[in-house]
Amino acid sequence: MNPRTIVPPLPPTTAAAHRREAAARRARRRFTPARIGLYVFLLGAALFFLLPLYVMIVTSLKSMDEIRQGGIFALPHALTVEPWRLAWSGVCTGAACAGVRTGFWNSVAITVPSTILPILLGAVNGYALSFWRPRGANVLFGILMAGAFVPVQVMIYPLVRVLALAGIFGSLPAIVLVHLVFGMPVMTLLFRNYYCNVPHELFQAARIDGGGFWRIFAQVMLPMSLPVIVVAAIMQVTGVWNDYILGLVFAGRDNMPMMVQLNNVINTTTGTRQYNVNMAATILTALVPLALYFFSGRWFVRGIAAGAVKG
Amino acid sequence: MANVSLRKLNIVLGGKPIIRDLDLHVEPGEFLVLLGPSGCGKSTLLHSIAGLVDSASGAIEIGGRDMTDFDPSERGIGMVFQSYALYPTMTVEDNMSFGLRIAGTPKAEIRRRVDRAAAMLQLDALLRRKPAQLSGGQRQRVAIGRALVREAQVFLFDEPLSNLDAKLRAELRRELKLLHQTLGSTMIYVTHDQVEAMTLASRIVVMQGGAIQQIGTPLDVYERPANRFVAGFLGAPAMAFVDGALDAAGRFAADGFDLMPARDACPAAQPAVLGVRPEHVEIRADGALQGDVTLVEPMGNHQVVWLRCGRALLASLVHDARRFAPGERVAFAVDAARVSLFDAQSGNRL
Repeated sequence: MNPRTIVPPLPPTTAAAHRREAAARRARRRFTPARIGLYVFLLGAALFFLLPLYVMIVTSLKSMDEIRQGGIFALPHALTVEPWRLAWSGVCTGAACAGVRTGFWNSVAITVPSTILPILLGAVNGYALSFWRPRGANVLFGILMAGAFVPVQVMIYPLVRVLALAGIFGSLPAIVLVHLVFGMPVMTLLFRNYYCNVPHELFQAARIDGGGFWRIFAQVMLPMSLPVIVVAAIMQVTGVWNDYILGLVFAGRDNMPMMVQLNNVINTTTGTRQYNVNMAATILTALVPLALYFFSGRWFVRGIAAGAVKG
Repeated sequence: MANVSLRKLNIVLGGKPIIRDLDLHVEPGEFLVLLGPSGCGKSTLLHSIAGLVDSASGAIEIGGRDMTDFDPSERGIGMVFQSYALYPTMTVEDNMSFGLRIAGTPKAEIRRRVDRAAAMLQLDALLRRKPAQLSGGQRQRVAIGRALVREAQVFLFDEPLSNLDAKLRAELRRELKLLHQTLGSTMIYVTHDQVEAMTLASRIVVMQGGAIQQIGTPLDVYERPANRFVAGFLGAPAMAFVDGALDAAGRFAADGFDLMPARDACPAAQPAVLGVRPEHVEIRADGALQGDVTLVEPMGNHQVVWLRCGRALLASLVHDARRFAPGERVAFAVDAARVSLFDAQSGNRL
């Protein structure tokens, strides 16, 4: 006998009624007072953070005359991209008037080595501390961690003296070295915690296969560290890009990062304040970290779950 | 094929002595199983043979050469770990050839060895896969393959089947035994599973507290345990122990017990413990002893009947369809020729 004849399907009318009822139940659940309160709060929070950005964008697209009329929330009457052009390549950033463009490329030149080197060094440190356990590893790690809690400002003067003695003060290598030193504790912590969750047997297997310190690091450990490398890169790029004080002190006149030049643009004491240009320059400067978070948020969360928090 | 000799080996980890003055000689081509409860030092011992744990004193000899201070890779060993320990970013093929590539083995030779190992372990179709794309059993096969391609003199296994489910474990256990028959290499195998120990070993080393309790063939260790620990650790259901006393004639007596066990030596009258395995307790009408049935466990092809006799609780294997009810009084016999007797104080075999 055909099983379909034994268990007849639900009559269509009943099925539709069930669906309607379920939908109604869902709708009721969606619009409880608590739900509405939650959405109101979320919307308010989003507005609170988006409003300044909105003001920045519209202001940067207005002419100065229009800005002087007031109404900072109003949309621009006559759209102009002149402030953006000026900010990128014309505004005075101190003595020179070539826009924040030079600062952008300076920042790139500082950020790339200041990201790659601390990540590599942090990875080697974390790897050595987790797997090779040299004598006094815990003491060493403790000292490194203590270093992470000393404010940067305390170390500026001694560092200036040391770098001046070494003859590299006020140069690209100097600022990269400073970022390397200040980035190392957190980078080491990040990788150490990640490697602590890697089974020790994996390391032992590689030892039996004849791997030495560098080969196991390069061929076994580093290739499986992608999630934590992404997290480290995001932290380091953001930190270095947003840095002001270290760049100002150590980079030297020719390597001033974008953040320092932006400050020069906005805190100028001569001439009229060009709010539209200031806004455009600020957005341009913030664009890199913004884009980074936007495109790698998924990786960021995954990396934190994979090793930055555990252990 | 190589022999392995440990002489007066001491291992201290974090200030705690794990292995004390241990001597062990593994014959070439032998399948030696280190068996013991967790924390008995068997894994530490294996790691020290591999060179992954430093010994405090003593000597480790592999193939007649003193390897005590050699690096793991120079000892001519292959090792298989419990957690597989495969390199996650490498393919199966790269996992197996990693050691050979480090050693600078010619490409053609690597090819030959990997293909041979893959054929032996039915991994041919999986060579391009990553470990994450393999099942547990396949992963452990790759780990075994990685040890095989090294063409080591000695293979070390650290509880290799413990992460697998029961069916796969039995399957891979048989494969390992076949592999040993084919290769004839020396193998040292750590486990806490007595079934693996019994089925695989040519000799079993039972360990507890960092010391060897007994070394012998599986049958020897099972039939003639050296002390109460070994007797209780091997066998399921476990050997039953009956506290009693021996008289001058060698007759054992306890509450409800009276029998004349066969023994090698003939010690004086003293308190003693009788050890009885379930298969040596037979329920039959003309049995000399009396017991009360407390529990019946049907096992399909046999049943385990638990009997209370005086203060002792004995298991009996029944291989027919007789039915017993709890509380029933039955007569049973103990095979006096195959029981074990232990000193009441030291627990050593009498």
